[in-house]
Amino acid sequence: MADGPSNEVLLDIHERMVRIRIFEEEAGKLMENGKVPGALHLYVGQEAVAAGVMAHLSDADQITSTHRGHGHVVAKGGQFKEMYAELYGRVTGYCKGMGGSMHISNFDIGILGANGIVCGGPPIAVGAAFSNKYRETDQVAVTFFGDGASNEGAFHEAANMAALYKLPCLFVCENNGFGEYTSQKRHQAIRDVADRAAGYGMPGVIVDGMDVIAVYEAAGEAINRARRGEGPTLLECKTYRFYDHVGVRGMGIDYRSDDEVKEWKQRDPIKLLEDRLAEQDVLSNDDAAAVHERVRSEAMEAIAWADASPYPAVENLLDDVYYNGE
Amino acid sequence: MAAATDQATREIPYVKAITEGVQQSLHEFPEAFLAGEDVAVAGSVFGIYKGLLAEFGEKRIVDTPISEAGIVGLGVGAAATGLRPILDIMFMDFLGECMDEVANQMAKMRFMFGGKAKLPVTVLMMGGAGMSMAAQHSQSLEAWLCHLPGLKVMMPTTPYDAKGSIIAAVREENPIFVILNKLSLGITGPVPEEPYAIPIGEAIIRREGSDISVVAIGRMVHEALTAAEELAKDGISLEVIDPRTVQPFDTATVIASVQKTHHAMIVHEAVRFAGIGGEIAAQIQEEAFDYLDAPVARLGAPFAPVPYSPPLEKAYMPDAKRIAATARETLGR
Repeated sequence: MADGPSNEVLLDIHERMVRIRIFEEEAGKLMENGKVPGALHLYVGQEAVAAGVMAHLSDADQITSTHRGHGHVVAKGGQFKEMYAELYGRVTGYCKGMGGSMHISNFDIGILGANGIVCGGPPIAVGAAFSNKYRETDQVAVTFFGDGASNEGAFHEAANMAALYKLPCLFVCENNGFGEYTSQKRHQAIRDVADRAAGYGMPGVIVDGMDVIAVYEAAGEAINRARRGEGPTLLECKTYRFYDHVGVRGMGIDYRSDDEVKEWKQRDPIKLLEDRLAEQDVLSNDDAAAVHERVRSEAMEAIAWADASPYPAVENLLDDVYYNGE
Repeated sequence: MAAATDQATREIPYVKAITEGVQQSLHEFPEAFLAGEDVAVAGSVFGIYKGLLAEFGEKRIVDTPISEAGIVGLGVGAAATGLRPILDIMFMDFLGECMDEVANQMAKMRFMFGGKAKLPVTVLMMGGAGMSMAAQHSQSLEAWLCHLPGLKVMMPTTPYDAKGSIIAAVREENPIFVILNKLSLGITGPVPEEPYAIPIGEAIIRREGSDISVVAIGRMVHEALTAAEELAKDGISLEVIDPRTVQPFDTATVIASVQKTHHAMIVHEAVRFAGIGGEIAAQIQEEAFDYLDAPVARLGAPFAPVPYSPPLEKAYMPDAKRIAATARETLGR
């Protein structure tokens, strides 16, 4: 901790964050221009959380994601082409067009689903962690959820079981201050979701979710603890969504002030990291800009590829309702 | 049977058949485990898991908190990552506590994620009335489950089927519910000692007959057989069909029977309105309309929660008497 992450790790984290930001910026445009159907919940502003945690995970480690799940998939190694194709509802998408934005997922890299149900993920992650322990592997299951999800009954059941069985599990609360359009102070009497950890007998840790290094270090400690068989941790990352609950501009609901948004944008997690990387001579501003440019062109290429992909055939609608043999 | 040394004719109660089905499944699959409330130390409030903790240990027989959503979530996550969970939800009335995990996670995971997930998870639960357990411990909610694409649902009615259904369910690669019946726990019947599986989705004709096809769901099979015995004395012949699996439903066996008898009745313990009897009746009229000599009859519980008071509960559940009366009415005899 004294030395901080290596340059290699810093660059890797930066790359993950930029990939999320650009994926989401372009996804937002696609939604607002009516190019993709459905509702997109965009991750812009929260990049440090997904990137800081995922930098510790291999493909074998599992995560469960949320309705705001694109960022988690990108950070875990999801490819733009298959992701955009999923948003377009095309057969080349990760879920063959059956899931869309809210269920964007890739089982092959340990993503047990993005979930349209608030708090759908934690009980499933606990199951994966149970499986890891049962199979005696060193895999860890990480569940991402919001401040809003921490009010669901399923959260309580999952957290209690994870602690009871000392499972290799990490609960990452992305506290962005809102459950949909309801501010945290209007949906729970506590300020820190991490306070709840004590009630389950697990450590609760709070970090600045806009500071990716802080997230990285706290997540590393919790994940190592889980891998050592010492049980779960509740890691609360204080963060903010720069876009609206749904889409970029959203539905015009008046629930937070422009000043508040502006204030949080002063602490843009990517900007904070890039300033630090420039200061430490790890990545110059020009080199950072080159990363953005490269990722942007990858996104544009992936969007064109997705847009040119075929839709799933209607006759295949029932194919995956049940498993019928490989 | 004085000395039941012959394995094929060994008779054991339904409750023991359940234990044996779970026990043999755990032997068959090292990745299988049993989890639920009071399944380990207590051996289940119904006594269905007695001895399993001693045999398999705490790793594989897992007592859980009273957390139905947590239990089903645990099963979904474990199944998606290579295990073969057997979950116990005790009373099926507790489905309400975990319906999101069942309906939105377990049932949809494979489909939503493009066919990548495989979820070999079995859920065991006890259904049915008749023990004055009142409104929240007596329901027959199979229709809730049958309405969810992605799930399969079995309802074993005999000790033989109880064991064979559990083994079939654990071998199955899709999420599957086995709805056991608490009033049937003491029923005895022949159960082979070796493992065997009831084919999922195949009905069985429990009694052949020529006048009317009676599709009986769950415990109603026994009531229908009693009615058939009674009516036979008057020369009325009931064909009693036990679907055994209600999702997927074996329509073909029912249709073939109706084509022979030209009359049909469906009986279930669940509330009649929007019960699966309505679905079966619709299928019969779609596929065998020209064969029917009378409207399809349906027997089920009245549109009320299950009552506690014994005489009311008795009146609430369809029984052999009402099945016989309805059969006579349908046949005009």
